[in-house]
Amino acid sequence: MQGDSDFVTQYHEERGSGQAESDSRRKFLTRVGWGSLVGFLAINSAAFLRFFYPRVLFEPASLFKVGFPADYPPGTVNSQYQREFGTWIIRLQDGSFFAMESRCTHLGCTPSWMEAQKKFKCPCHGSGYYITGLNFEGPAPRPMDRFKLSIAEDGQLQVDKTIKYPGIPGKESGEVYPQSLLRV
Amino acid sequence: MNNPTDIKERVKKNIIWKSIFRRDYRNTVRDRAQAIFGNVFLHLHPVQVREGAVKLRFTWGMGGITFFAFIILVITGVVLMFYYHPSVSQAYSDIKDLEFQVPFGVILRNLHRWGAHFMVIVVMIHMFRVFMTGSYKAPRQFNWGVGVILLVLTFMLSFTGYLTPWDQLGFWAITVGTNMGAATPLLGYQGPFSEFLHITPFNDVRFALLGGSRVADNALLRAYIWHCVAIPLVSVILMFVHFWRVRKDGGISKPHK
Repeated sequence: MQGDSDFVTQYHEERGSGQAESDSRRKFLTRVGWGSLVGFLAINSAAFLRFFYPRVLFEPASLFKVGFPADYPPGTVNSQYQREFGTWIIRLQDGSFFAMESRCTHLGCTPSWMEAQKKFKCPCHGSGYYITGLNFEGPAPRPMDRFKLSIAEDGQLQVDKTIKYPGIPGKESGEVYPQSLLRV
Repeated sequence: MNNPTDIKERVKKNIIWKSIFRRDYRNTVRDRAQAIFGNVFLHLHPVQVREGAVKLRFTWGMGGITFFAFIILVITGVVLMFYYHPSVSQAYSDIKDLEFQVPFGVILRNLHRWGAHFMVIVVMIHMFRVFMTGSYKAPRQFNWGVGVILLVLTFMLSFTGYLTPWDQLGFWAITVGTNMGAATPLLGYQGPFSEFLHITPFNDVRFALLGGSRVADNALLRAYIWHCVAIPLVSVILMFVHFWRVRKDGGISKPHK
């Protein structure tokens, strides 16, 4: 009986010069095998990451109507859209309107309008803002952001949250962005 | 026949007993070692422990206590899951239900809550001890790295669990926490270069964490899944690596003479 090692020796002898070619084929197939596996895992990882970004959101619309201009007395802050849309509709003493995101520029909490003190106050870390959104106390680094406010075809005020006017440190947003103010 | 020794002998001769415990236990060095590595639950533990390794004044036992806290959290957490719905309309009232109506609910919830605080504190003391005794040095550098990841995972477990009661504390913690993600360079819409890279509130890392642009139902569900399934799974895998490497790197570190 022939031992296993004899078979191996014989096999290698028979292959002779073909061995180098076979080794390169083996190398090639190994690379293809591992390459496919790595590629498969890479594509799967990318798909896994993409999976966390939903296509459809069941959130309140970013374009919404907030009633007629006559509903708003001058010098008031309307908080009725704060909870659902995260937006205040504000009418200044001079009669102009603007829409402001109810979101503190410090860490994103929701400030409250304090009617008696005529200021926005954030409950988280005490940032304070004037009615225009300009910050004057606490850790907030800049004024609060505004949204595009316009008049819809039916005469109602309409907020477009996709157009944003970010507050610039130390500046009145009404001066930086005249287009954020709506005069009716 | 009825005396206790006879009953003991009969039980030990029973085929069921014999199939579970292969051989009789005598209190010898060999049998004590056999009991450790013949048992699936104990085989991770070294068969023999050096005297220096059990010096409590050196190790403080903090790593083991951290694992103990983790086991308590897994058990109480799984039991709490039987009563908790991860939805905005039910989460808070489920916690109230657990606290006031469910039999033993209050002790389960408090075990889970205080156990979580305990684990965070203990794991930090463990890290402090490892640092102060120089146990991160060669050949244990890799295990230090694993430990740092486990520390971060512990914090993430703590943070995601914080939202689950859906109370003011948790809600604002998640609001602030995910806003920190939004302010991260290259990842968040408030970070530097975000306009240049077209990063918006609808495609940044905060969006992926919340499952939307605001802290709402999706955010609660995601925090819940991370908290109950995903992070514990990764943690357990890394814990086994961590414990395994403690042994492979020469056992629990001990005082030099």
